[in-house]
Amino acid sequence: MSVEIHINNVVKRYGDLTIIPGLTQDIRNGELFTLLGPSGCGKTTLLRMIAGFNSIEGGEIKFNEQVINDIPAHKRNIGMVFQSYAIFPHLTVRENVEYGLKLRKLTKTEIKKKVDDILEVVRITEYQDRLPERLSGGQQQRVALARSIVIHPSVLLMDEPLSNLDAKLRIEMRSAIRDVQKQVGITTVYVTHDQEEALSISDRIAVMKKGEIQQTARPHTIYTRPYNIFVSTFIGHSNLFRGHVQSTETGKAVVFADGYTVPMDNLSEEAGDGMEVIISVRPEEFSIQQEGLACKVRTKVFLGKYINYSLGFPEEMLLPDQPSIEFSQDLGHAEQVLEVGDTVTLRPNPVKLNVFTSDGSRNILRDVVHHE
Amino acid sequence: MNKKLFKWDFWTGITILSIAIFGLFLIYPLFSLFVSAFQNADTGAFSMENFVRFFQRKYYYQSMINSFWVTTCVTALAIVIGTALAYFMSLYTIRFKSVVEVCIIISLLSPPFIGAYSWILIGGRSGILTQFLQTTFHYDFPSIYGFAGILLVLTLKLYPFIYLYVAGAMKNIDSALIEASESLGCSGIRKVVTVIVPLITPTILAGALMVFMNAMADFGTPMLIGEGFNVMPVMIYSEFINEVGDQANFAAAMAAIMVIITSTIFMLQKYVVNRKSFAMSSLRPMQVHTMKGIRNVVMHALIYLLVAVSMIPQIVVIYTSFLKTKGSVFVPGYSLDSYRTIFESLGTAVSNTYIFSTIAILMIIFLGMTVAYLTTRRKSWITDIIDTLTMFPYIIPGSVLGITLLLAFNDEPLLLSGTAFIIIISLVIRRLPYTLRSSSAILYQISPSLEEASISLGASPIKTFFRVTAVMMLPGVMSGAILSWITAINELSSSVILFTGATKTMSVAIYTEVIRASYGTAAALSTILTLTTVVAMLIFFKVSGSRNVTL
Repeated sequence: MSVEIHINNVVKRYGDLTIIPGLTQDIRNGELFTLLGPSGCGKTTLLRMIAGFNSIEGGEIKFNEQVINDIPAHKRNIGMVFQSYAIFPHLTVRENVEYGLKLRKLTKTEIKKKVDDILEVVRITEYQDRLPERLSGGQQQRVALARSIVIHPSVLLMDEPLSNLDAKLRIEMRSAIRDVQKQVGITTVYVTHDQEEALSISDRIAVMKKGEIQQTARPHTIYTRPYNIFVSTFIGHSNLFRGHVQSTETGKAVVFADGYTVPMDNLSEEAGDGMEVIISVRPEEFSIQQEGLACKVRTKVFLGKYINYSLGFPEEMLLPDQPSIEFSQDLGHAEQVLEVGDTVTLRPNPVKLNVFTSDGSRNILRDVVHHE
Repeated sequence: MNKKLFKWDFWTGITILSIAIFGLFLIYPLFSLFVSAFQNADTGAFSMENFVRFFQRKYYYQSMINSFWVTTCVTALAIVIGTALAYFMSLYTIRFKSVVEVCIIISLLSPPFIGAYSWILIGGRSGILTQFLQTTFHYDFPSIYGFAGILLVLTLKLYPFIYLYVAGAMKNIDSALIEASESLGCSGIRKVVTVIVPLITPTILAGALMVFMNAMADFGTPMLIGEGFNVMPVMIYSEFINEVGDQANFAAAMAAIMVIITSTIFMLQKYVVNRKSFAMSSLRPMQVHTMKGIRNVVMHALIYLLVAVSMIPQIVVIYTSFLKTKGSVFVPGYSLDSYRTIFESLGTAVSNTYIFSTIAILMIIFLGMTVAYLTTRRKSWITDIIDTLTMFPYIIPGSVLGITLLLAFNDEPLLLSGTAFIIIISLVIRRLPYTLRSSSAILYQISPSLEEASISLGASPIKTFFRVTAVMMLPGVMSGAILSWITAINELSSSVILFTGATKTMSVAIYTEVIRASYGTAAALSTILTLTTVVAMLIFFKVSGSRNVTL
C-alpha cells in the first residue's frame, strides 16, 4: 500500500510570487522523511502540494509511477495530521476514527476491527466514547494519528503535529509517532521547524531555505557534515571563524586568522594553498588546552548538565554578524570551571571541524554528501 | 488540481443562484425604481421634475425634515436609556435581573406597530387613561398623536437594541483595565468617562445605526399614531397607493431619496466605526457590586418603571383581546369572541404568516450557509460582488423594497405581484444579509484544516461541506434563524404593500383591522403574534444556550 514519492522539478507560484522555483526530491517507501526549515521556506507549501490542497504550477509529483498532479485531494488516499489536530468536534473519538473508513464502503465488522486495532496501537481505547473537547492536546493528537493511519493511506503527511503541545508531551509524542510509523511501515513526510524534533525522529532530513533544498541526509550526517553555512548554523549552533588553507608537501592544514594551525587530512582536491575559507566549530567541539585559540569569557550560563560560555575574540578572527561565539563545557568531564573575565586557550577538535568556501555555499571536506 | 476555466459543480450552481436572486429581486427592481424616479409620469421621458416637485412643496419635503427630526430624537433617547440601563444592569446587583432582561427582549421582538396601537388604546382620544382622567379629574390628557406618540413608541421599542449591544460590550471589558485606571489614581465618574465610555463608544455607534435605520424605515408606528405628523415612509406609501393604476414615478422619486439618505448614514457610520473600532476580549469581566441605601431603591425603581412601561403595550393588547365586543365596539364583560372571529374570517392570515415565514427561513438557512461558505472559503471577484450585493438590504427600508418589487413585477412576463412567492422573496431578501453575516462569522471560527482533514480522509469537498462544515455551523445558524423567523412573522412594512386578499399575513391583518377600528380582532391577532414570539424566543434561549440576541 505504501508508496515511493517522486517530486520532479515542481514549481509553486502565487501570482508573480514564486515560493518554490523547481524542487526535485525522491522519498523512499516506508521512510520517515522530514522537511525542516525556518518559517516561510516553503516546507508546508510542498507538503500541501503532495496532499492536493495546493495546486502545482510546474513539474510533477508521482506516487510510485502514477502522476498525481490532477488527482483531487480526496482521491489521493493520503493521511494527514494537522498542527491544529483538526479533530471533528461534533463526533466522538471513535466516530472520528471511523470517518474515513465509512467513506470506503467497508462492512460494519471490518470497520469495528480496524478501529479497535488502531485505538489500541495509539493507546486511546479508554477514551473512545468521549467528545474531543474533553481530551488533552496529546490525546487529541493520538486521535488525529489514528484517524489518518486507519485508512491505510499511501502516504502519511504531518504538518508540525507537535508544535501545539508542551515540551514534555512533545517528547513523549515524538517517540509515539516514531513507533507507530515504524509499526505500520508507512511512507511519511513530516514538516517541522524544530531541529531537535527533526534530528530525533527522522530517517532522513531535507533542510529547506527559500523553496530550495539545501541538503538531504540522515540526521547524523546533517549535524556532523553540514553541506553549507546555512545548514551548519540552522541545525545546532556553529561558531564561524575566518581562515585559509595551507598546503605543503607534508599535507594540508587550515590556519585561523591568529595563526593557529590545524592539520587536516580530509580536505578535498579543491582546497589549494592560500584559499580563503570559513572554519566552523560547534560549541561542544572546544576543549581547554595549553595550545589553541586564545579568548576571553564574556558571560557564563549554568545549565545543569553543562555550562555555556559566551566568548570574546578579536573581531578580525570572526565572520561578522554572528549572534554569539559559544563554548559548552560538559560538566561530566570538566576539570576546571571558568569565570567571567578569565582568559583561556581553547582547542577545536580537528576531526569534527567543518571547512566551507569563503561564501559559505559549500563544505570542502571530502566526506560531505549533498544528497544522501 | 490544475485550474480549469470553468467547472460546473455545486458551488457554481450556488453562485449563479445567489446572483440570480439578488440580481432579479434586488438590483433589477432597485434599478427600475431609480429609472422611474427620473421619468415624467405621462411621457416617460427623462426628467428631474419628480425631485423638483418634492423639494418645492413644503407638504412633501416637510416629511423628510419630520423623519430626520423624530429619528434623531428617538436615537438620542434610545442611546441615553439603553446605555444607562446596560451600565447599571452590568455593574450592579439587580433583583430579578433575568426577568428584566427577558422583558426587554420581548419588547424588542414584539411586532413594532403593536406599541403604537396599544398606546392609542391607553392614551388616544377614547383611550382608557384619557377617559379616566377626563371623567374623574376633568383633566385633558395631552395628545398622544403626532410627534410625541412616535417618539414614545419608537424609543420604548428600540432602546433594547442599544441595551443589548452595550451590555455585550460591557461583558468584554476586562476588570484589569478598570483596576489599572484606579491604580493610576482615577476613580468615580472620571473612570466612567475616561475608560468605560471610550471603550463602548464603537458599540454604541453600531447600536445607534440599528436604531436609526429601524426608526427611519418604520412604517406602522407613524401610520397609526402619527396622524398629521407626516414622515417619509408614510408619505411614500400613501403617494404610492394613490398613484397606483397610474404611474408611480413620484413615489419612486421619494423612495430613491430615502435610499440615498439611509445609504449616506450607513456609510458615515461605517467610516466612523472603522476609525474607532478595536478588539476587546476579557479574561475577567468587571465585578458586580451591590448599591446601598436610597440609591439602590431609586435605581431599582427606575429600572422596574422602564420595564413596566415597555411591557404595557403587550399587557394592554392581551387584556383587550378578551374583552366582549359588539361589532367593533367594546361592551362590558369578557369573551373569546375576538378569537372566534379570527378563526372564522382571518384563518388564512394566521396560516399564511406561519407558512410564508417558515418557507422564507428554510431558504435563508440554506442560502445563508452556502453563500457564506462561498464568500469566505472560495473568495474570488464573483464572490466579492455577491458580498457587496448582500449589503444592499441593510440600507433599503422595507416599504421601499415592497414598492420596488411591485413596480418591477407588475407586468408580463414577470407577473409576480399578488403571489405568495413575492412576499416570501421579500422576507428572504430582507433577512438573508443578517444570517449571512452571522454564518460568515461562524465560518471564520471553524478551522479550514477540519475540512482538509475530511477531504484527506476521502470525502469529496461537497460531501465535506454537508458532513462537517454544515453540521458544525448549524447550531449557530439555527439560533440566528429563529430570531429571523420572529422578525419575519412580525414583518409589516413591505408586506403591507405586497399583500392581496389571499396573501394577507397576521401583521397586515392587524393593520387593516386597526384601520377599520375593529380593535378586538386586532388585539386577538396581536396576542397570537406576541405569544408565538415569546415561544420562539424561549426556543432560541434553549437552542443558543444564551440570551445574546443579535438582530
